[in-house]
Amino acid sequence: MSVNRRTLLGAAATAPVWGALPYRSARAQAANTIRIGVLNDQSALYRDISGPGSTQCVEMAVKESGITQSGINVEVVQADHQNKPDVGSTVARQWFDRDGVDVIVDVPTSSVALAVNTLTRERNKVFLNSGAATSDLTGSACSPNTIHWTYDTYMLANGTGGAMVRAGGNTWFFITADYAFGHALERDTTAFVTAAGGRVLGGVRTPFPGTTDFSSFLQQAQRSRARVIGLANAGGDTINSIKQAAEFRITRGGTKLAGLLVFITDVHSLGLEVAQGLVLTETFYWDLNDRTRAFTQRLGNMPGGLRPSMVQAGCYSAVLHYLKAVKEMGAAAAKASGAEAVAKMKAMPADDDAFGQGTIRADGRKIHPAYLFEVKQPSESKGAWDYYKLVATIPADEAFRPLAQGGCSLVRS
Amino acid sequence: MLEDLLFNLQLVALGISNGAFYAMLSLGLAVIFGMLNVINFAHGAQFMMGAFVAWLLLTQLGIGYWPSLLLSPLIVGLVGVAMERLMIARLYKLDHLYGLLLTFGCALVIEGLFRNIFGSSGQRYSAPREFQALDLEFGDFFMPGYRVWVLIAGTTICIATWLVIEKTKVGSYLRAAVERPQLVQAFGINVPLMMTLTYGAGVALAALAGVLAAPVYSVHPAMGANFIITVFAVVVIGGMGSILGAIVTGFLLGFVQGVTDVVYSEASQTVVFVIMAIVLLTRPAGLFGRA
Repeated sequence: MSVNRRTLLGAAATAPVWGALPYRSARAQAANTIRIGVLNDQSALYRDISGPGSTQCVEMAVKESGITQSGINVEVVQADHQNKPDVGSTVARQWFDRDGVDVIVDVPTSSVALAVNTLTRERNKVFLNSGAATSDLTGSACSPNTIHWTYDTYMLANGTGGAMVRAGGNTWFFITADYAFGHALERDTTAFVTAAGGRVLGGVRTPFPGTTDFSSFLQQAQRSRARVIGLANAGGDTINSIKQAAEFRITRGGTKLAGLLVFITDVHSLGLEVAQGLVLTETFYWDLNDRTRAFTQRLGNMPGGLRPSMVQAGCYSAVLHYLKAVKEMGAAAAKASGAEAVAKMKAMPADDDAFGQGTIRADGRKIHPAYLFEVKQPSESKGAWDYYKLVATIPADEAFRPLAQGGCSLVRS
Repeated sequence: MLEDLLFNLQLVALGISNGAFYAMLSLGLAVIFGMLNVINFAHGAQFMMGAFVAWLLLTQLGIGYWPSLLLSPLIVGLVGVAMERLMIARLYKLDHLYGLLLTFGCALVIEGLFRNIFGSSGQRYSAPREFQALDLEFGDFFMPGYRVWVLIAGTTICIATWLVIEKTKVGSYLRAAVERPQLVQAFGINVPLMMTLTYGAGVALAALAGVLAAPVYSVHPAMGANFIITVFAVVVIGGMGSILGAIVTGFLLGFVQGVTDVVYSEASQTVVFVIMAIVLLTRPAGLFGRA
């Protein structure tokens, strides 16, 4: 039975790829047209944090860049990678080889991002990653054609993990999604916990995908008497873990939950009643300051009535900066060499309403501050989407992994 | 020592409470397969629709949990009836594979529609506060009242369905219609109508499980897809079409998963399929199936 379903799923999965691909001839495009491909999850668990909202942000960046006044045309196309590396690579290859796409934006899901990273380098195009978490994109897999814009596993571990230990959470138990992303997040967080004098008392690896009930794992965590339960998972897994922790009153004995990767849409889905008190790290929050509020207001209505996630804001910021570089170097030069365009971006300081001022390092890491937030109590929230209070700001130079520690070949050379 | 015992007892109780969902879902599948010979791949989507309808009733019309337990299965059951009349009824004479493909396609379309309308990160649905009165707590043992309710409700629904099919006149008509449809029709019983109602009832069972699941899990479009593969394994282990097999195996596998969660958590999904493989090798018709 399950064999049948798998075969069917496989066959069904490939069909939408062909539908998603825009049929355009590379020969037809003019030399002064920049084509941007937004590649992300349009149909599954990461749709709300990326999906059509990312495309909306990219289109706003194009509009606000004023690039068309310089005589350069910009076209935006989008596709669904379904969180599968093979689907993502197929779309990226066709975009580069047939449809004349110059830059791929977003790409959540680390495994897909790493595949697109390699391909972009081979084709000498540009990859502006906002959605994926793996810090390998600026470490062992770093590329002169890639910029990792919004966040990464090191930043999350540093932000949330570090803060919890400083607040007295010196014993940990991990509930880890049993795949590359979960392992990386657990590893990075463990490093921070032990460096700060804390101890890891144990952990469980939960099958991914398919785990829906986390209550027995939470019970095991509680039984370990650890002060902090680290949730090294994402999306629906995190939501179910937090929801069930509330149901089983896991935190009543003083145990704290650390959601190592929590997006604002997750908090929205959980509701403040359940999510209150949760500590998390993000690099963008719509209500952080006047500039972020202005950005959110200009963006207007998002699909599903949501507010922008940091991933979507990152797409805006990255494309805005890319188009600034294109304006300076000219469309022809930017199209001719992705590495040159990325080098130009690294040479220019970034500044936009979503992330403020920032820089891009030699390893492709975009540097900006990270923010440690605590989810408000229902009584503290003044209106829709008023979810976070700022606990601490981690300065840009401390938020991300030091340049020398990533093992990026571009740094050594 | 007592502490260890209570802790293990708690995990086993949790496993069995999850088993109640498996049992209810696999029961609906077994009823539909047993009576209609259709492998209903839309079952997960119908489970999800049950949860979503309850959520919509609450947020749009202010209708709470208790009325939803009745209304949501009724509404989703009617959708099932429409599906059966318009599409599935045309496939009874064909190979199983056609029904499987059709319902699988329907599941993809339904999940896609819900995802487009309601997004992917899920909606919240809280259990009524009165369930807290059922909370069980001794020392380290804690079982939320709602899980206790799920266990009681799930067991009752399963037993009631089994009794209806095995011990009532309607049930005997149904079983007869499966064996000899023409003969039963000759006695003046409207067999096509009975088929339609059976499918509707199977779908309503899935929706009822969905309403029960809404406060436990996040209500989101993929919630059924996460369950359905395990539930199909349950049906295969129990014996395709065996009502009693589906119920017993559902609870049994919940228990086994509860134990695996403690012993080796990485295998808590895989263990179901290992058991399926062993059962298929030793008893190809399933534990309760007739070869």
